[in-house]
Amino acid sequence: MVPARFKAGDRVRVLKAYPIGHLRTPYYIRGHVGEIERLCGAFPNPEELAQMRDGLPALPLYRVRFRQREVWPDYQGSPSDVVEVEIFQHWLDAA
Amino acid sequence: MKDQGKYRPLSYFQLMEVTLRELLVEKGLLTDEQVQREVAEMTARTPERGARVVSRAWMDPSFKKDLLQDGTKACEQLGLEIPALKLVVVENTPQVHNAIVCTLCSCYPRVLLGLPPDWYKSRNYRSRMVREPRAVLAEFGLMIDEKTQIRVHDSTADMRYLVLPMRPAGTDGWSEERLAALVTRDSMIGVAVPRAPRA
Amino acid sequence: MIERSHHDMGGLPGGKVERTEHEYADWERRVDAMSWLMRAHGITVDERRRHIEQLPPDDYERMTYYERWIVSLAQAALQRGLITSEELARKMVEVESRGSR
Repeated sequence: MVPARFKAGDRVRVLKAYPIGHLRTPYYIRGHVGEIERLCGAFPNPEELAQMRDGLPALPLYRVRFRQREVWPDYQGSPSDVVEVEIFQHWLDAA
Repeated sequence: MKDQGKYRPLSYFQLMEVTLRELLVEKGLLTDEQVQREVAEMTARTPERGARVVSRAWMDPSFKKDLLQDGTKACEQLGLEIPALKLVVVENTPQVHNAIVCTLCSCYPRVLLGLPPDWYKSRNYRSRMVREPRAVLAEFGLMIDEKTQIRVHDSTADMRYLVLPMRPAGTDGWSEERLAALVTRDSMIGVAVPRAPRA
Repeated sequence: MIERSHHDMGGLPGGKVERTEHEYADWERRVDAMSWLMRAHGITVDERRRHIEQLPPDDYERMTYYERWIVSLAQAALQRGLITSEELARKMVEVESRGSR
C-alpha cells in the first residue's frame, strides 16, 4: 500500500479538479479545507476498479470533517455543524 | 406487490433480469440455487440486527467503546455475520446528532439494516441532506436544537455507517431484548430517534 | 454537464423528501443477489456504479433503482465478454415468447 501522509487532526484541502471517470470525491467538496477525522485504512482505488483494473497499490482512505459554513456560503444551521466525507489520499493536499 | 395469479407481461427490465440470469446459469457462472439462497439471506437481514448492536452498546459500556473504535470487529465479536462490512459507528449525544447519506449512490449497511428504503436513495434526500440537514430532519419530524451539532456523514467510499442513538429515558433495568425493540431503522440512519417507552 | 456527472448530486436543490418505501419484488431481490454473486467473476461494485453513472441523465431519472442495476450488471457482463449482445437478443426473444411472468 501507499504510505499514509496524513493523520487525525491534520488540515487538508481537497483537490479542486474536475476530471472524468468514476469518482468518489463528490463535486460539492472539491477545493474545500477540512480536518482529518481518522485514517480508515487502505483500499484499492475505486477509480481504477471501475475501469476493470486492480486498483493497487491500495490507497489510504480518510474521513475528513468540514464545517458546513465553510462548504455552503448560505448554510442555515449551527456554526458547529459539519459534514464528514471519506476521501482518498490522492485527492488531498496539506492545507 | 405479490403476484395475483394474473398474466402480466414482463417489463423490459424484468425481461432483462430473467434473460441475464438464464444466460449466466447456462454458462455455469451462477446456479439458481445460489441466487435463491442469496435472496433468502438478504431477506433475513432486517433492522433487528442493527438494533441488537445498539441495545448491546446501551447495556455494555465496554462493548460500546469497542464499537465506536472499530465497528466491524465489535460486530464480529457479537457473533454477527457481516460479509465485507467495514463499519463506522457514530454516537449521538446531547451535544451531537449524526445522520447518514450517500450522495453518490445508496451505500448503506445492508447486512445490519436490510435493504435501504426508497427515500434514502431518492434525489431529494441525496441532494439536500448534506446541504440542509436541519430542514430535511424537520420534514422527518425531528427537530434538532440549535445548540446541538449536526454531523452528516456522506458514505462515499468503503466504510458503512450506523448511528448509535441515545438510549431513551425511563428504560432503567430493561433487558437487552426490550431495549432493542425501541430501536428503529430510521434512528440508526439518523432521521429519527428511538421509540419512547410506553407510559 | 460533463464536469459534473449527473449522479453527483450532493448540494443541488431539491424538493421535499417523499418518504416512499416499497416491498421489494422478487425480481428486484434477484438483481441484488446476482450483483453480489457476480463479484466471483470479477464484476466489481465500482464497475457497476460506472455503468449506472454512464446512463443518459433522462434514463437515470426515469428508471427505478433496480432497473438501473440490472442494466449496469448486463453492461458489465457484456464488457467483460461473459455474454454477447447476440446472446442477450436471442434469449430475450425466447423468454418473451414464453409469456413468463
